[in-house]
Amino acid sequence: MPKLSYLKALNRALGDEMTRDESVFVLGEDMNFALTNVTAGFLDRFGPDRVVEVPLTEQGFTNFATGAALAGRRPVVEFQIPFLLLLVFEQITNQANKFLLMSGGQRSVPVTYLMPAAGWRPGWGAQHSDQPYSLFAHMGVKTVLPATPTDAYGLLTTAIRDDDPVVFFGPLASLTVREDVDYADLGPIPLGSGRVHRAGTDVTVVALGHLVHEALAVADELAAEASIEVWDPRSVYPFDWTGLAESVARTGRLVVFDDSNRSCGMGAEILATAAEEMRLTAPPRRVTRPDGAIVGAVPELDVVLQPTRAQLAEAVRAVLKSPGW
Amino acid sequence: MTAPDSVALYRMIRFIRRFEERSVDLVKSGEIVSGVHPCIGQEAVSAGACATLEPDDIVLSSHRGHGHLLAKGCDPARVMAEMAGRVTGIDKGRGGSFHPSDFSANVYNATGTVGHGSGIAAGIAWAAVKAGKSTVVMSFFGDGAVTQGALLEGFNLAGLWNLPVVYICENNGYATTLPVQTAVSGTITGRGEAFGIPSSTVDGQDAETVFAAVSEAVERARSGGGPSLLEMRTYRYHGHHTFELKTRLKYREQAEIDEWRLRDPLDIQAARVAADVRARIDDEVERELDEVVRFAVESPRPDPADATDHMYADGFRPRAGVSL
Repeated sequence: MPKLSYLKALNRALGDEMTRDESVFVLGEDMNFALTNVTAGFLDRFGPDRVVEVPLTEQGFTNFATGAALAGRRPVVEFQIPFLLLLVFEQITNQANKFLLMSGGQRSVPVTYLMPAAGWRPGWGAQHSDQPYSLFAHMGVKTVLPATPTDAYGLLTTAIRDDDPVVFFGPLASLTVREDVDYADLGPIPLGSGRVHRAGTDVTVVALGHLVHEALAVADELAAEASIEVWDPRSVYPFDWTGLAESVARTGRLVVFDDSNRSCGMGAEILATAAEEMRLTAPPRRVTRPDGAIVGAVPELDVVLQPTRAQLAEAVRAVLKSPGW
Repeated sequence: MTAPDSVALYRMIRFIRRFEERSVDLVKSGEIVSGVHPCIGQEAVSAGACATLEPDDIVLSSHRGHGHLLAKGCDPARVMAEMAGRVTGIDKGRGGSFHPSDFSANVYNATGTVGHGSGIAAGIAWAAVKAGKSTVVMSFFGDGAVTQGALLEGFNLAGLWNLPVVYICENNGYATTLPVQTAVSGTITGRGEAFGIPSSTVDGQDAETVFAAVSEAVERARSGGGPSLLEMRTYRYHGHHTFELKTRLKYREQAEIDEWRLRDPLDIQAARVAADVRARIDDEVERELDEVVRFAVESPRPDPADATDHMYADGFRPRAGVSL
């Protein structure tokens, strides 16, 4: 079976959709040299009309994509740095995502915003390491955060085919993850469908993005102590609340392992909804980033602010030891 | 260039003027809850500019956009119904006076984020060119937009890729309360020239002058000559928004308004049309607007149960704000 990396899965999914549907095109900075490698080989395959190099003009080209989408195209806009999604946050949330509503359903804006290197970059400073997927969920924008190559292929395919704006977060820490795949098995994955990566009976760990792999490692480490179910929502908006409820019904206990900041992050939303609607036998816990920026250019300072395996293991043990409410 | 149809321009200016006055009445009577941004005083820009367009050409409007919609060919009754939040409106009441679109008339939107239409226009125009169409995109904005960076980013892309966009800045002298001379460094046309975009200043009170200038820009766009920027010197006789009927903000002198009244676009165009023709048109306009208003106020309001309709193309609805 061939090995497929996450990055190659993005390349393959985008290439397959551009081959299948001529309305799909990709635009971004440094596209002519495929700087992120997502579009490696595309300029030769598809030509400059469908692989569009743009200047440093994020608000300009995000609005440009909205226009092209209103005119019947399916743009995929690539961003190199997570904070750029904050620079264009208004254009995505207040314009692209509202034009269908404001037009009374006349026309939607099928743009995919592809962020193929989201999250912490060791030593890259305070402005390159954000992970703002919770903000888009807060604003009701369809948002996906796949953890594995297969899920990356499936959810990028779905994002491109979806008639609404979709933000795709590919965690930097996942890009080198490789997986044995049969190419024939690759295909679209519905939005809002979670996935049990590892079945368990004692506690549900909801892990998001690259933290899925960390959670699986912790589940291995603690296998003698606890049967941990690792559950991955895969898309943060819409969210598979039914799938989560089923997992929690099996385990009764919940820990969320989330690369968002603590306040108003997905971790907060998952705990709140679980507390309201699900049968938890003990108070849940979360492991997140603290609020605010990652410190800066010193990896030793950065790393203590990242959600870690040790923090997750401690949270799991605390939830398992809890006598209940 | 075809000659302007003086009678048709008069009729459109008269129609927009009276439509706007009727809409202000509906604001006062409570039928239009949002209030409106009347374009009274600026009608020659809408009428003259849109008269140069083909039905397939595309317009991006602004918050002061009723004139653009009417001149581009939207059904006036459905525009008024939209402003009154009725289900018969062009956007089923979801766009309102501020954010209307009508794809049947190729009015694509009026984004509320001032200045951001320029990039959207570039994207629409690019898609049209790549599809082998000769469509022209006309993007309207006010003088308040020229201090927004996003406007210039759109100019850059349109200029760089030689896209068929006609940018029309309606410089009415004020960004809400801020006089243009206290907001804008340099000139408005200088912003287009900086990107290699042919730019000129036009008397926006004279519909036939507007028509001539815009015709040239539209022809250039359609023949592959790229974008243009036209700064229309115009004026709004009413406030920024009908809330000024209550707040009475004193950011301009009555003498200034009176001076601009001497160059009322309706009077300028009326002088080109015979009195008996005008009288007939004025009468037709009133009778048509009676029907427009009747249609709007008699149309049903949306059912609150439908509040989350049209949010997502696949019918997905957000979870309710209250706990289950």
